[in-house]
Amino acid sequence: MIDPQILERHGLKPDEYDRIVGFLGREPNLTELGIFSVMWSEHCSYKSSRVHLKTLPTRGPQVLQGPGENAGAVDIGEGLAAVFKIESHNHPSFIEPYQGAATGVGGIIRDIFTMGARPIALLNSLRFGAFDAPGTRRLLEGVVAGIAGYGNSIGIPTVGGEIAFEPSYAGNPLVNVFCLGIAWQADIIKGVASGVGNAVYYVGAKTGRDGIHGATMASAEFDDKSAEKRPAVQVGDPFMEKLLLEACLEVMKTDALVGIQDMGAAGLTCSTTEMGSRGGAGIEIDTALVPQRETGMTPYEIMLSESQERMLLVVKRGREAEVERVFDKWDLHAVHIGEVTDNGLLRVKHHGTLVAEIPNRALTDEAPLYMRPMTEPEYLADVQKLDLDNLRGPERPALRDQNAALLAILGSPTVASKRWIYRQYDHMVRTNTINLPGLGAGVVRIKGTDRALAMSVDGNGRYCYLDPYRGAMLAVAEAARNVACCGARPLGATNCLNFGNPERPAIMWQFAKAVEGIGAACRALGVPITGGNVSLYNETDGKAIYPTPTIGVVGLLEHADRVVSRRFRDAGDAILLFGEGRGELGGSEYLKVAHDFVRGVPPALDLDAERALQDLLVRVADERLLRSAHDCSDGGIAVTLAECCFESGGIGAEVSIDGVRVAADARVNVAAALYGESASRVVVSVVTDAVTTVLERAAAANVPARVIGQTGGNRLRIAVAGQIAIDAAVDEAERVWSSAIEQAYAKRVA
Amino acid sequence: MRFGVIVFPGSNCDEDAYYAAKDVFGQEAEYLWHKDTDLKGADVLILPGGFAHGDYLRTGAMARFSPIMGPVRAFAGRGGPVLGICNGFQILLESGLLPGAMLRNRGLKYRCEHVHLRVEQTDTPFTRVAHAGQVLRIPIGHGEGNYFAPVDTLKTIEANRQVVLRYTDPNGVVSDEWNPNGSVNAIAAVCNERRNVVGMMPHPERACEPLLGGVDGRVIFESVLSALTSGGSKGPALQMAGQ
Repeated sequence: MIDPQILERHGLKPDEYDRIVGFLGREPNLTELGIFSVMWSEHCSYKSSRVHLKTLPTRGPQVLQGPGENAGAVDIGEGLAAVFKIESHNHPSFIEPYQGAATGVGGIIRDIFTMGARPIALLNSLRFGAFDAPGTRRLLEGVVAGIAGYGNSIGIPTVGGEIAFEPSYAGNPLVNVFCLGIAWQADIIKGVASGVGNAVYYVGAKTGRDGIHGATMASAEFDDKSAEKRPAVQVGDPFMEKLLLEACLEVMKTDALVGIQDMGAAGLTCSTTEMGSRGGAGIEIDTALVPQRETGMTPYEIMLSESQERMLLVVKRGREAEVERVFDKWDLHAVHIGEVTDNGLLRVKHHGTLVAEIPNRALTDEAPLYMRPMTEPEYLADVQKLDLDNLRGPERPALRDQNAALLAILGSPTVASKRWIYRQYDHMVRTNTINLPGLGAGVVRIKGTDRALAMSVDGNGRYCYLDPYRGAMLAVAEAARNVACCGARPLGATNCLNFGNPERPAIMWQFAKAVEGIGAACRALGVPITGGNVSLYNETDGKAIYPTPTIGVVGLLEHADRVVSRRFRDAGDAILLFGEGRGELGGSEYLKVAHDFVRGVPPALDLDAERALQDLLVRVADERLLRSAHDCSDGGIAVTLAECCFESGGIGAEVSIDGVRVAADARVNVAAALYGESASRVVVSVVTDAVTTVLERAAAANVPARVIGQTGGNRLRIAVAGQIAIDAAVDEAERVWSSAIEQAYAKRVA
Repeated sequence: MRFGVIVFPGSNCDEDAYYAAKDVFGQEAEYLWHKDTDLKGADVLILPGGFAHGDYLRTGAMARFSPIMGPVRAFAGRGGPVLGICNGFQILLESGLLPGAMLRNRGLKYRCEHVHLRVEQTDTPFTRVAHAGQVLRIPIGHGEGNYFAPVDTLKTIEANRQVVLRYTDPNGVVSDEWNPNGSVNAIAAVCNERRNVVGMMPHPERACEPLLGGVDGRVIFESVLSALTSGGSKGPALQMAGQ
């Protein structure tokens, strides 16, 4: 008998239950209720977000596959496709950092090879609480080890990523993982079931009781009982996944498959219903045939288990032996567990007895859809106020000196070198990585062609907290700009939307505004969204994270050897600034480091100017006119210039930039010029002979550009409005920047 | 020349070694599946990096039981050149084809980065066109590369000049600071007594093209090509029984 306690434990509301009864024309049994509860969970159904996601641009001549499949795909020429997606594994990573992060990597890799693509690169975007807060470093260490443990073993390089530390993520870290693969366009395969009588196969790890209701867990807030949810986190086995990856890619070559899907969230339930639904068919399986790791498992448990490294295949009738032979070679057992039907039903038997019968569409297309109430958050009006003439907050007196301020920002964990992290990742396996981590976007060449792909993931929770619409636009712009800085033309995007509880109108408002911002920026910059994932309920004890849309952008370089990186290359090159600084300090790293507050409005963004800038970057890189390029973001142009000097062999720079007037205090104006985070700016270096040409190209593209200095010496000297403001030894600054995170860990050990 | 690249189910640098042999150096190359016993006429064998059988037990511990290892042993016994890279090195240690063992890295973390290596011996088929003391910049990528051998063994392999490469600073000077994993005597590569089997933790196949940021790994491949071609510049070419 289904009572209110059972419903509550399944995360279903009374009206949702009535809807279930309506679809079935009867009361569901417990197995059916379990199936509904996971398919109608926020995680699987997108019931709060779908109405908004529908507004995103998803089409373009380059888009081969938009949202709705296991991953998106764009045309990269020569008959090839780039298949990519980003996904979150936030909740599991908080409960068990190593396995949570590891299985996040495993899940996104399966999404990619399921499409028939060979995965060739990983990125990640991470958010943690304040770096010095208790627990942060332990969580970070666990998450990084988990990502490394999985990615390194399976042999897919982690070629880049980004990370930030803010108190709002203390109880709710974010682990977003991006994977990209390459496929022949003609070989892309989908997650469909069709052809009555075709066999349904189960392949991979055995099913255990781990992860039951993982999708429901990911659709609820955390409280002090969350640690008790540990059994709902799965354990990853990268070796099993490596076998699955190789075996599946080999099977796909046989042409014996109709469709394939991985068992991720909601396991066997989700894969059977989604494949049936996409193919307009039904699937009938017998759970007793499913390989099981534990004894006495019920059909309820088997259907809801989220054990990792499992795939569901639909095989053409008569071709079963061929498929089984390939899996045999890899020591995997492909088990025939059911058939495709034409009745549109998910039918589950156990030892031949019917235990569940549900129309697919009730679980997918007809799942609940909510237009949740939205109201502008009350905090917003206050935090957007920023009076630069009256800077509140405890200014660190030591930072009154600009050299000291620059060093403090360079040593802040959000800006500091992430070498301690990325050197734990194998970033060179597959011998394609031509822009190493820390040098800008990740760039991998495509063997057999002259081409390369650049990819970047970006997001700024601070900006989105202050203005979700503009913050989300800036995230898209930054990801695409990072790709363009390498010389690659941005082709497509994927998004991972991390927000709090959508049942709170203020959170829903943040969500809707952010989606609007993403849509506007993607349209203007020509990067359609090809897929992604939504993670809601990122709250602990009623406190939500900063709204954090993470955007992954993929771009194409037609000539791999024309790739550009952030480092200065030689003394005597001219340094140019594309774009204009307006001294915008709202939400800046400077205010955070020097005054310890997050206030103001994020920098303005003119999407047309941004598009012109990116087009210009791609053009001049293709003409081999650039020696380096690096965009201005956290910490403004001063940090950008410092980073151009770092890892360059100690090349310094002598630069002069314009002053700005944003406050009465001259010192605030100098800080705004140095550390303001105005968007659409890139610092490039070019050989002196090329300056005229580059300025001409910029003028033709309508991008403000001018020479601001030249490379050389071993100091970074920056004058603002003719007055020297920064004069720092490059090696000393680099030491601060490169060792900040490592030293924090070393101290703890000592 | 024909390269044979052994493929264990968890190998993940097999394609990289194959690509280096075939596409970068223009040689023939064959994948050799671990369940097979046919070396397909290979002139040189590479055991590539990866995690052969998941390596949950101990790196390389299970791979030595794979059917292909019998013929690999026989090939090595005939004097054929065998190179183990990273996990391949670990497998050669576990198989007893090379002396010593691997421990977790000092610091217990996986490390992927470029390191500097000093060439100690040039009378192996994989270093013969390098010069003694030459410093190579080649990447590593491992969590268990902390080479260890008991004192007696260490004495023997040093006396026999079996240490082929050592971790050093950019100027070729050994120092603790530049030892990335804590290996005893900063050992990065060793060979067997007969000198035809070499194991190295760094990945030469990742440093063969300018696009990848360095070409210092080429000398390893160029050496074996020279060794297999009679009339090489240094010492007699390899004499292989049964060929």
